[in-house]
Amino acid sequence: MPATPEKYLEVQSSDEFSRLRHTLRRFIFPTTIAFILWYALYVLLSAYARDFMAIKLVGNINVALLFGLLQFASTFLIAWYYSKFAAQKIDPVADDIYKSIDGDRSATTTSDEGSVL
Amino acid sequence: MYLAAEASTSTSRTLTITLFLIFVAITLGITIWASRQTKTATDFYAGGRQFSGFQNGMAIGGDYMSAASFLGIAGLIALYGYDGFLYSIGFLVAWLVALLLVAEFLRNSGRYTMADVLAFRMRQRPVRTAASVSTVVVSIFYLIAQMVGAGALVSLLLGITADEKFLGMTASTAKVFTIILVGALMIVYVVVGGMKGTTYVQIVKAFMLMTGALVMTIMVLAHYKFNLSTLLGDAAAQSGKGAAFLEPGLRYGVETAGDATKTFYSKMDLLSLGLALVLGTAGLPHILTRFYTVPTARIARKSVLWAIGIIGVFYLFTLALGFGAAALVGGKAITAQDKAGNTAAPQLAQKLGIDYLGGDTGGAVLLAIIAAVAFATILAVVAGLTLASSSSIAHDFYANVIKRGNTSERNEVGVARISALVIGAIAIALSIFAQSLNVAFLVALAFAVAASANLPAVLYSLFWRRFNTSGALWSIYGGLLSAVILVFFSPVVSGSATAMFPHEDWHWFPLSNPGIISIPLGFFFGWLGTVLSKETDAEKYAELEVRSLTGHGAH
Repeated sequence: MPATPEKYLEVQSSDEFSRLRHTLRRFIFPTTIAFILWYALYVLLSAYARDFMAIKLVGNINVALLFGLLQFASTFLIAWYYSKFAAQKIDPVADDIYKSIDGDRSATTTSDEGSVL
Repeated sequence: MYLAAEASTSTSRTLTITLFLIFVAITLGITIWASRQTKTATDFYAGGRQFSGFQNGMAIGGDYMSAASFLGIAGLIALYGYDGFLYSIGFLVAWLVALLLVAEFLRNSGRYTMADVLAFRMRQRPVRTAASVSTVVVSIFYLIAQMVGAGALVSLLLGITADEKFLGMTASTAKVFTIILVGALMIVYVVVGGMKGTTYVQIVKAFMLMTGALVMTIMVLAHYKFNLSTLLGDAAAQSGKGAAFLEPGLRYGVETAGDATKTFYSKMDLLSLGLALVLGTAGLPHILTRFYTVPTARIARKSVLWAIGIIGVFYLFTLALGFGAAALVGGKAITAQDKAGNTAAPQLAQKLGIDYLGGDTGGAVLLAIIAAVAFATILAVVAGLTLASSSSIAHDFYANVIKRGNTSERNEVGVARISALVIGAIAIALSIFAQSLNVAFLVALAFAVAASANLPAVLYSLFWRRFNTSGALWSIYGGLLSAVILVFFSPVVSGSATAMFPHEDWHWFPLSNPGIISIPLGFFFGWLGTVLSKETDAEKYAELEVRSLTGHGAH
């Protein structure tokens, strides 16, 4: 169940929440910019650096194919790394804040509506 | 089809239809079972929020891997080589936007629809109306493309030629019949099964699609003794285009010698398409509503991780299928069947069956399996689209705009069911009308609208304190109109041989894909609308932010 508006304002301006927001944004925003630039580089090379992309590396495997496969690899890697990062740095802090909101509330009310769902 | 003798064509047809009917029977059974489990609005809109990360990951894959990506990308690779692969990469990278910026926060903040998040701290009625309009527009564009595609595929997959009658139907009657059948089935899935039924249909379809693609991939690779280089070399040789087949440039960003302007626009089109693909996915309403079907934001995260794995592996399979079709079937035989290459994967299935599974019968069997998978694929995607748009009409427009939130759950779900019926009927009618037109561009347009109208509004809502009602309206309507107007005046609608109206010419916008202009415009309008209005709601933003990051108070 939602808490009071005052409570949310208080939590939002708390140090712990600011740190959570900061940790999260410092990860997701730069990573998003990075993978979009990395993808843009790939598309730009495909459009404008065709001689470079055509260089053969091993047998019929050329730079273009390797670059494409690297996009797959980087996507899998970023997804895996984010899930690790979130589990370690985000989830425990988010849980603490969640509990602190309910903790204060159960002190003032005896409601047992703890369901998140 | 390819090399097919009369006997094996008819075996294959019977088998395709039988397998497809088995799929329909199983999914209808699931749908009826799901309808008994569907009691509340949460059951209908969000499948009871009880799906696991893996289940929802599969369902996301089922929603996302349309016939356009299965048959379309395999066909593009088979005909244009590398550029088909390039196209598939945008569809995969896009999932990082959903993972990092959208899935978890949306799951925590919203309830049933995209508008729940957009309207959280805004004036409900105008924002929900705008979100509903954009949801329905995106879904209808996508639906028409899928259903017209289904009509075109039926004669190809069943091998009905123009002068032949099949079950008493000519090829063109069969097309209309297929559109109506697909439409009717999707209406049943959604009206009866709600999100629960639809999700299971998508899971079954994703499983079938992955299995079918895996088996064919292994057969292709085994044929080349698991040597990728030999496969590529053979594909390039058979394509008749040599080394260029393995390099970018045959389909996208085509260079026209002596025409610098044309070359420039062609390359801009490639960039524009790439941008719309990457930013569009996380703004597609039928994808966004999938995040509500799991109990928590962390399971939503897990489901996106599964989806990235499943979709990524699938596109790697299409790489083998596309090059395999180029090498083993050959470009000539493929274009003889379908100029767009949509039959490359089924033709490859037939060829592999003939070579490895005991001659014509084996070919007929494998062809039938892949054709049935293709129909299953279309059904699952159109059901997801119909559900997303009818949910938005009922929950956003009916319950919160017309009734201002004063309606019962039962009543709201009833309206959702009626909306699904109406949307389905409209989609059937428009698709029958549009079937002689070239509407393939509608998928790209749906992505462009999603990226230009929905994504800016969702991101600003979640991350920008200052964002307000005016900003939300400007970004949704601004992005939507920019994308639609630019496409209307582009060469895909008029003024080119492959246009929707090839004999008219009112185009002045040079690109086929509007994204590179309309996406920045969507973000710009969102900013402009916000600063033009003084409205802010610090309390509601505090609630939204705390809720989106911690899940406190989430549904």
